[in-house]
Amino acid sequence: MTSQEMKDILWNGLWKQNTGLVQLLGLCPLLAISNSVVNAVSLGLATTLVMTLSGSAVAAIRDVIPNEARIPVYVLLIAVLVTIVQMLMNAYVHSLYLVLGIFIPLIVTNCIVLARAESFASKNGIRASALDGIAMGLGLTAVLTILGGVREILGKGTLLSGLDLVFGESAKSLVITVIPDYHGFLIAILPPGAFIVLGLLIGLRNWVNLRAEQKVRNATAPAALSQPA
Amino acid sequence: MAKASLHTAANLLFFTLIGTAMLAITFELTRDTIRQSEENERKKLVVQIAPAASYDNDIMKDTGQVASDELLGSDEETMVYRGRLKNEPSIAVLQAIAPDGYGGRINLIVAIHKDGRIGGVRVVSHNETPGLGDYIDIAKNKWITVFDAATLESHKERDWKVKKDGGTFDYMAGATITPRAVIKAVHKAMQYFALHKEEIFEPVQDETSGKEKTK
Repeated sequence: MTSQEMKDILWNGLWKQNTGLVQLLGLCPLLAISNSVVNAVSLGLATTLVMTLSGSAVAAIRDVIPNEARIPVYVLLIAVLVTIVQMLMNAYVHSLYLVLGIFIPLIVTNCIVLARAESFASKNGIRASALDGIAMGLGLTAVLTILGGVREILGKGTLLSGLDLVFGESAKSLVITVIPDYHGFLIAILPPGAFIVLGLLIGLRNWVNLRAEQKVRNATAPAALSQPA
Repeated sequence: MAKASLHTAANLLFFTLIGTAMLAITFELTRDTIRQSEENERKKLVVQIAPAASYDNDIMKDTGQVASDELLGSDEETMVYRGRLKNEPSIAVLQAIAPDGYGGRINLIVAIHKDGRIGGVRVVSHNETPGLGDYIDIAKNKWITVFDAATLESHKERDWKVKKDGGTFDYMAGATITPRAVIKAVHKAMQYFALHKEEIFEPVQDETSGKEKTK
């Protein structure tokens, strides 16, 4: 794997093919869990872990499985990996497990995991697939985090609330009250808030992208014109 | 054709076996740790509401079963933790269910001193709206401590309501169904305790939690 390929994989996952903003896959956890930063980051990282593992596992066995049985095998693999991650979290990071609760098994149904197994890991090597899992997962985590942050500030006026549920009582002092005496804005916490903020984020990404393209065109156009002269 | 199908089936079977084996191994490896953390979680709540000075026995092991009762909102036997001071009953931690929360059942534990004083109330699990009705959870808000030290004497029949309904208990604007359900359930649990105080502490089962321990 050359460094250019690595860069492409990372760039695809984090920006160009971002799961949350471009592929729009895996919106179920996106909407459900992104009501606070802590929830969003936790589930994002759990998904990243699952995608890294499933990517490498699928890449490792891609030459062994017959073509027509590949989807059931991928589904099986992903389900096994998610269940293992769930049991490990329940055992070793129990407080985090209590926060994420029902959403961990739902990683199985997150279509981005199967989508990457089918469209990337089944055609690439183990290391490239693992990296793809990490990049895609982190891209999703980033979107989730921004969504969670915006919704938390709008909805509750705080940032990082619930951190104590993950790291124990001592982390309570790290909770930031952005707007003191805020009475809450419920719609931001409920699913409609997720849709609205996600829509704005997609718009923002497209705007940034268009501007960047414009700049490239402006930069190359005069150059192309001046060349013959 | 048939051969290809068989090959595919054998492949699937192979991966199913591998997957099952991986799950079984992880399950075995994590089982004890998981059980431990779940027990710790419940103990943490019990310890919060049963003051350490109020008992000198091993309250976690002195458990009894009470039959289902309308006043507890239960439809099956529930466990009760019993605290004793110098072998005299001193405090009981009852499980109560508020059936009429906004998101369905709210599971509570209520610690009641022998004299009928509430040691504390905690929500064990609930489905209330996040950010709205979930302030009954001690992890989110201190509201649930409004019950501390309340008795059936200090709060008469008509007091067991939210202020909005003419009672004495505070609530948060926007979510009244949730605290209503909790207050009602705690009130009923108090009545249950008053009626069944003797039974709750009576049959001391020596084998309680014995089967959990020996594995």
